[in-house]
This record gives sequence, C-alpha cells and structure tokens, in this order.
Amino acid sequence: MEAIFYIAAIVAVLATVLTVTRLNPVHALLYLTVSLLAVAVVFYTLGAPFMAALEVVIYAGAIMVLFVFVVMLLNLGRHTVEIERSWLSPGAFVGPAILAAILVGEVSYLLARSGTLTPPVAEVSPHQVALSLYGPYLLGVELASFLLLGALVGAYHVGSRRAQGRTTVGSRSDRTGLASGGDLVRTGADRPSGAA
Amino acid sequence: MNPVLLKIIVLLGILIVVLTLASGLIWLERRLLALWQDRYGPNRVGPFGLLQVLADMIKIFFKEDWIPPFADKPVFVLAPAIIVITVLLTFAVIPFTPLVQIADTNIALLFFLGMSSLGVYSVVLGGWASNNKYSLLGGMRAASQMLSYEVFMGLSMMGTVMLAGSFSLRSIVEAQRHMWFVVPQFLGFVLFLIAGIAETRRLPFDLPEAESELVAGFHSEYSGMKFGMFFVGEYLGVILISVLLSVLYFGGWQGPFLPPIVWIVLKTLFFICFFILLRAAMPRPRFDQLMSWGWKWMLPLSLLNLAVTGAVVLAMRR
Repeated sequence: MEAIFYIAAIVAVLATVLTVTRLNPVHALLYLTVSLLAVAVVFYTLGAPFMAALEVVIYAGAIMVLFVFVVMLLNLGRHTVEIERSWLSPGAFVGPAILAAILVGEVSYLLARSGTLTPPVAEVSPHQVALSLYGPYLLGVELASFLLLGALVGAYHVGSRRAQGRTTVGSRSDRTGLASGGDLVRTGADRPSGAA
Repeated sequence: MNPVLLKIIVLLGILIVVLTLASGLIWLERRLLALWQDRYGPNRVGPFGLLQVLADMIKIFFKEDWIPPFADKPVFVLAPAIIVITVLLTFAVIPFTPLVQIADTNIALLFFLGMSSLGVYSVVLGGWASNNKYSLLGGMRAASQMLSYEVFMGLSMMGTVMLAGSFSLRSIVEAQRHMWFVVPQFLGFVLFLIAGIAETRRLPFDLPEAESELVAGFHSEYSGMKFGMFFVGEYLGVILISVLLSVLYFGGWQGPFLPPIVWIVLKTLFFICFFILLRAAMPRPRFDQLMSWGWKWMLPLSLLNLAVTGAVVLAMRR
C-alpha cells in the first residue's frame, strides 16, 4: 500500500508540473485529469475510498469534462499555443518556484520530525462519511447548499438575460461581427479570414 | 485452491467471456435487426452466419490504420483506448454470481459512476483530436449529452442504495432476496434504463454519431482497429448496462431452479435484446429535444423518486 501511495503521489506531482508547462490547452487539461486521478489513488491508499470515488466522479469525470468542453467550444488553436509560449518564460516560474520550495521544505521537515513515513491507515466507510456530514458538519452542508442554490439562480439569471438580449441587440453584434463573451473568445479567433 | 490463482482465473474468465460476447453481439444485433426488419441478415459464413464476426475481425485487422496528418496524434491514439479500459474496469466490481466477482468494494456503485464519467473523455477527445468539424460537433454533442444524463443516472440509482443500505453491489443483490427492486423502484428502473442507453450512446441517443447529419460524428476519421475499439467499447457498454440493470433491479444472480450463472446470463441477454429492439424501433430525436427531455423531465423525476424513496424508507424504519 505504501509503495502505491508513493507511486501515485509522484504521478500526481509530475502530471501537475506537466499541466503547467504544456502549451496546448487540451493537453494541459488531460494532464490535470491524470493528476486528479492520481490524487484519487492517494486518497484510496490513505483509507478514504469514498473520497477517492467522489474525486473521480466529480472532479475528473464532471468538472474536467466541462473544462475540455469549453476549450473545445472556444476552438483554441495554434494562436493560443504561441500566446502560451510567450507567457511561459523562465522568469514566470521564479515566484511560484520559491513559494513551492518553502512548502517542500516544510513538508520534508515535518516528515523527518515525525520519524515514520507511513500514513495512518484506517478505512473510512461511506456510512461514516454520511454520519459525520449530517451530524457535526450539518451546518457546512447547509451552507454549501445555500451557495449552490445561489449559483443556480445566478446562472439562470445570466442565461435568461442573454436570451433576451439576442432578440433586441443581436442585430448590432451581428453587424460588427463581434461574438459575445469578450476576451475569452478573442484569444481563440485565429481563423484565417478574420470575421470583422 | 490458492486464492490468488483463483482470482486470476476469474479475472481472465470474465475478460474473455465479456470480450467474446461483445464481438458476438455484432452478429446478434445484425441478425435480430434483420429479423425485425423482415430480412435475413448475415447467414452465409458458418452455421447461422456465426463466423461472420470472425471474418469481420480478420478484415478489420488488415485494414489500413490511418491517422490523419491534421489530427492531434497522441490524443487521437489515446481516445479509443479510454472507452475500452474504463468499461472493462467497471466489470471488476460486478457480482456475476456469489463466486464470480473480482472485487467487492463498498464503493462499487460510485466506481461505476466514476468510470462511466471518465468514458466520456474517449468520445470527446476523439472528436476533438480528429480536427474535423463534424467530429468536433459529435464530440461536443457527446459531452453535453453524457454530462446531462449522468446527473440523473447517479440520482436514479440512489433509490436502490437507500433500500439496500449500501453502495456495494453484492449487498444490493442480497437485499433483493424477497423482492426484486424493480417493484418498489419502478420509476428508478425506468430512469436508469434511459440514462444507461444515453450513456452507451445507442439509438435513440446516438446523436454524437448521427450519420445522417454528422457523417459519423466523433469517429469520422477513425479507421481500422481504432474504429474497432470504439465499436467494441460501445458493445461492452451495452453489456455493462444490461448486467447492471439485472444486478440493481432484477435480483442479479437470484432465481429459482437454475444455477446463479444461468440466471445472470439470461437476464443480461434479455436487456441486450431490448437494447437492440430499441435500435430497430425508435427514430432519432432532435438534439435540443434530447437535452430538454433530460433536464426538464428526467432530472425532476429522479429527484422526486429520491425524495419519495427516502421518505418511505424513513417511515418504515420508525
């Protein structure tokens, strides 16, 4: 189990590094997915199978698919790769590298001080997760559902206004050839003709 | 016998049977479709045309495996493998009989949900990596369709989880000793069936590959064995959903007189035939109809099912 933990942890770190350094957005997202899957394995080896399953179902399976979907929708092409290349100058890594080095130092100090490297393994069943979610942490669950309801209402509001706007202002945006959505779409507009 | 050796034998057995069945389904589907459309279907190669599959396999292995020069090569190659791997992995948690099961975990159902949501990547990435507008449209349809239908697929199964009190598929089967869950969970069964068809992208939910409008959708650019992988993945998905339907709602291996393995195979074959009948009988809806059907009907219904089941279970416990 310990070996699996370390292998998964190394995979997670490598995949995350590759996520940052990939120039093609879809490749970066794929590495991020791999990283999430590796984290799921880490959760499993630490005795939290329920968390591991949720990590796969929600993060890798739903949220990342949405990310890939949006990236596909924006049709980010060669142009974006060039922009990414200009952003990923070695200088940009200095700040994050220093901060990450501090964290690595802290983690290795903690691990060295505690002596043993084996994580405590006591399997937490879905039943126990449910009992603590709806027992001592009920307030947190309620707050999260508040937040989600707010997001839902907000999404509905944005969606309905967009539909209304299309009937009244749509002709204008058609004439100027500007897609709604501002910056997000502009970065992907590397089509040969130039719409405007 | 050595338990490790036994496990390996079970594992290989399941792998071989499932893969053979998946390719055999090509023959079964063509024959059954032909039957319902009043023609013969493949009946020349071997007895009843059974060797047609073998001939097709030989042909597909010798086809040129072409990767378009404009495609994103690594992702293009990866995509068809994802669907086969995720579906095959899910078979690991299925209890076929009390003896034939690879892993009995207490998160089996969540494992299935996770693997099926990872399977979406296959179609989406295949569509994207082909760098072809029809494929991209197919991939985007697949992403939105499967994301929407996955939401209530999970919710529709929770009724059985509540009744059995566990995510473990083995406990779910054992909880159906006195009554199959299709009786108290009929709505859940119908919802899961519809979500399962959408998940396997079979007609009437095969809009990602609608050949009348998108050429072949996400796999337009695929040829040879890579196309074969998508195909096998689809049939494996059909088998998986059929087995799950019988495990979750029809008592799994339980049944009178016959041994457990016969019961599970019979139940699974019944649902496979139902999948094929659907393909023969149903037209393809429009994409916006599909989406609004999912969000406006299926999701509220599965929430209702969840709430009512929860209330009843709570009242019974009192």
